[in-house]
Amino acid sequence: MDEPTTDLIQGTLDMLILKTLSLQPMHGFGIARRIEQISRDVFKVNPGSLLTALERLHRAGWVDAEWRHTENSRRARFYTLTRKGRKQLDAETADWTRRVSAIARLLKAEE
Amino acid sequence: MSLWRQLTRGLHVLTHRSAADEDLADEVQHYLDEATAEHIARGVSPDAARRAARLEMGGVVQVKEEVRGFGWEHAIDTSLADLRYAARRLRATPGFTAITVLTLALGIGATTAIFSALNPILFAPLPYPESSRIVSLLEFRGDGAQSDGTFAMYRQFLQRARSFDAVAVFKPWRPAMTGADQPERFDGQRVTPDYFRVLGVAPIGGRDFVPADDRFRGPNVVILSDALWRRRFNADRAVVGREITLDDNLYTVIGVMPGGFENVLEPSAEIWAPLQYDPSLPANGREWGHHLKTIARLGSGAGIDRATGEIGTIGRALLDQTHPDTYARNTQFAAVPLQDEITRGVKPALLAILGAVALVLVIACVNVTNLLLARGVHRRGEFALRAALGAGRGRLARQLLTESLLLAMLGGVAGIAVATVGVRALVALSPPGLPRAGAIRVDAAMFAFGLGMTTLIGLAFGVIPALQAARNDPHQDLQHSSPRAAGGHGRTRGTLVVAEVALALVLLVTSGLLLRSLERLFAVPMGFESSQLLTMQVQETGHRFDRDDARYRFFARAVEAVRQVPGVTAAAFTSQLPLSGDRDEYGALFEPAPARPGGRYPVFRYEVTPGYTEAMGIPLLRGRSLDERDDAGAPLAALVSESVVKGWFHGADPIGQRLRIGGSPDAPPYTIVGVVGDVKQRSLALTQADAVYHTALQGRWVDSVMSLVVRTRGDAAALAPAVREAIWSVDKDQPVVRIATMDELLAATAAERRFALIIFETFALAALVLAAAGLYGVLAGSVAERTREIGVRAALGASRANILALVVGQGMTLTGLGVAIGLAGAAAASQAIRTMLFGVSRLDPVTYAGVIVLLAGVSAIACSVPAWRAARVDPASTLRAE
Repeated sequence: MDEPTTDLIQGTLDMLILKTLSLQPMHGFGIARRIEQISRDVFKVNPGSLLTALERLHRAGWVDAEWRHTENSRRARFYTLTRKGRKQLDAETADWTRRVSAIARLLKAEE
Repeated sequence: MSLWRQLTRGLHVLTHRSAADEDLADEVQHYLDEATAEHIARGVSPDAARRAARLEMGGVVQVKEEVRGFGWEHAIDTSLADLRYAARRLRATPGFTAITVLTLALGIGATTAIFSALNPILFAPLPYPESSRIVSLLEFRGDGAQSDGTFAMYRQFLQRARSFDAVAVFKPWRPAMTGADQPERFDGQRVTPDYFRVLGVAPIGGRDFVPADDRFRGPNVVILSDALWRRRFNADRAVVGREITLDDNLYTVIGVMPGGFENVLEPSAEIWAPLQYDPSLPANGREWGHHLKTIARLGSGAGIDRATGEIGTIGRALLDQTHPDTYARNTQFAAVPLQDEITRGVKPALLAILGAVALVLVIACVNVTNLLLARGVHRRGEFALRAALGAGRGRLARQLLTESLLLAMLGGVAGIAVATVGVRALVALSPPGLPRAGAIRVDAAMFAFGLGMTTLIGLAFGVIPALQAARNDPHQDLQHSSPRAAGGHGRTRGTLVVAEVALALVLLVTSGLLLRSLERLFAVPMGFESSQLLTMQVQETGHRFDRDDARYRFFARAVEAVRQVPGVTAAAFTSQLPLSGDRDEYGALFEPAPARPGGRYPVFRYEVTPGYTEAMGIPLLRGRSLDERDDAGAPLAALVSESVVKGWFHGADPIGQRLRIGGSPDAPPYTIVGVVGDVKQRSLALTQADAVYHTALQGRWVDSVMSLVVRTRGDAAALAPAVREAIWSVDKDQPVVRIATMDELLAATAAERRFALIIFETFALAALVLAAAGLYGVLAGSVAERTREIGVRAALGASRANILALVVGQGMTLTGLGVAIGLAGAAAASQAIRTMLFGVSRLDPVTYAGVIVLLAGVSAIACSVPAWRAARVDPASTLRAE
């Protein structure tokens, strides 16, 4: 935790979840840790927001959910990216890249 | 796809709420476990790991709430919670709930009942295809009075009018069927062949009438109603083609009408036969007189105005030939929609009733609003507290709306029960002349109306307290909820009470006026003794009565037999019975005399057996009465009514003057031998009384249908079976119908007024009770709020009388304001019931004063309880409570 943690940028959580799931199916905690690790703890994922977002993505048909039994006989819910979800991820990624580069250009121009 | 998932997933969560909760709990728990495990893996002690994980998560409950808040099903969950809470609140205050639900039930129930009773009469189209194209063809005399149509006119319309697809005339027909245990007389109609085509209905079994059926001396054919077919012929399909005996003649059944056929022109008719008039008769003959009703179906493209113009041209052209000097000049013709024609008589009364029920509904709504406002005041503290704890204003308003809607729904359900009972009562009470009474039933339209009304009221009165709650400043309200503050919220509620009192006054005044009208009406002298008088109609049927002397012999022997019945003191037959709906008018042609020129004068003609005026108790004023000597061979003798003496003879002695009946100057003249008192023939409200009496033997013919009047010693109704048996002892095949005591006939003549009166009285009473309840509620609330103030006043030396005066004064001020506004309203509303009033001004001071006294009295009672409570406030304990 060398760097200070930051709240997620509004509207990016869905995209980050989809991206994370594009690598492999995962449960909620796994998704949160993965986002935190890859962002090097810049982003802190709120469990409430995460689970709500997963429910939303599920109902949108972008992810599938299934219950699996873990080794200590607990139930865990695993999420998988669907084909529709992958399309959505591509669209959101393209959109995001476009925005970021625009903002970057603007910031450079100001210098 | 995603919408579908939204729906199914949401539904799944709703229907499997506990499983969904468990899933969520498991997922959250798993998350926590994983987090804990990670901490432990980093070398933290299990306890510390768990603590750290929880800290990171920020509260298990909050996470769950956040996730649960997602999705549309959440809104439903909250609504259900609101509903549960509302139900709990309502259960906690059973008195308030009961009064509110009852008030609503009364308002909604009464409105729905009245609406569903009036809907088929006033608003629903007649039960025929394209019923708006069916018209009545009417003829109006020069004085504006409507007269029935003639066969000659019908033939002209049939041959020459282009506006109609079909034209028909009809008249009542009462055939008797003999041979069974008791002779039965049917109500039926003689019709021209297109009668059913005008209505747009055809028989389902057999065939309709065709022009070949309707010719002079044509075949005897009948069409049966579904009801008659089921009752007398066991719904046997083979009846079509069979012959039945009516009035000693064989008739072939050619068709049966469908079960749903409603004959609005003559609801009791069960059997139809062709009219079969002789078109070669002269146009001023007896069968061509004004005694038919004419209906027609407009052709496509023909407007009602064009039809009116066309029949006017055709009608005047005929009259110019037949009656160039009399009718042709000022007779008017009009085609009017059939629906308007059959509802014309009752429309004013029904619209007034509709207005009254609207007032009741308004009062009910005002009362409920008032109750909710009062409750809102008491619950300000609760709302303020909830607002302070973080409930949003929208959330509070929603909670209140839920409560209101729940109340409205309860009221609606109870109201539909009230309406069901109410509709039954209305049908039972409905006057005999009410058109389409058979179509009145609790129907789907009524349920929709009731439900819609409920929801609207719920939203409407839910909004006011909700708005108040949303607008209020919780801080101020928390202070207000303490009993220390003297209240000033009463203004809105005071206004509502004023409105209630005003509306109640309007209803009380209108029902008072109707009540006084009915009293005045029954105070009108009818001209005969109505008590202990039994009446019935006897019809001769069969060819053995084809001759006048045979007809007379039966009636004479029947009246002799009836006189032998123990308990009978007098009996006689008459061709028309007062107040029974009979109406037999003729033109009397008086001979010129020294006192008067001759001329025509319309009179009621009574063909009677000797002793009629004595049996009826009609006083003989001058000359002699009719007796057995006035038989077929004797000089023609007649009695006239006193009104004829005044109206025609200007008070001069008419004895010995001569007159002809029927207007023909060739008829033999009658000599006036006596004068009798005036009798009300058509109704108590009409003054028309000019009458001529002669014996049946001295008439031009003997009617085959006569009414028997029987004066009895004891209860008139109890003698009916014995009298009927006496008639059947003479001839067992003669139908005896329309059995009623004169008192019953008398009541029936005022049935419509009584119907309106009962409804208005019920509504007025309900309004009075609601207004009193409203007033009581406001004062009781005000006294409760002002307990401290009253205590202070008492402590400062105000006597009990002062405090009583304070509260009663407040109540009476509200009543006074309501009365003042209500008086103006009543004066305007009485305009609407003007046509139903009799012998009383619509601004009758006695009624108005009486109603004001009644309202003031009831208000005083409503004030007295809160006033007494205020007077008993103990200053010491009130102040100590500070």
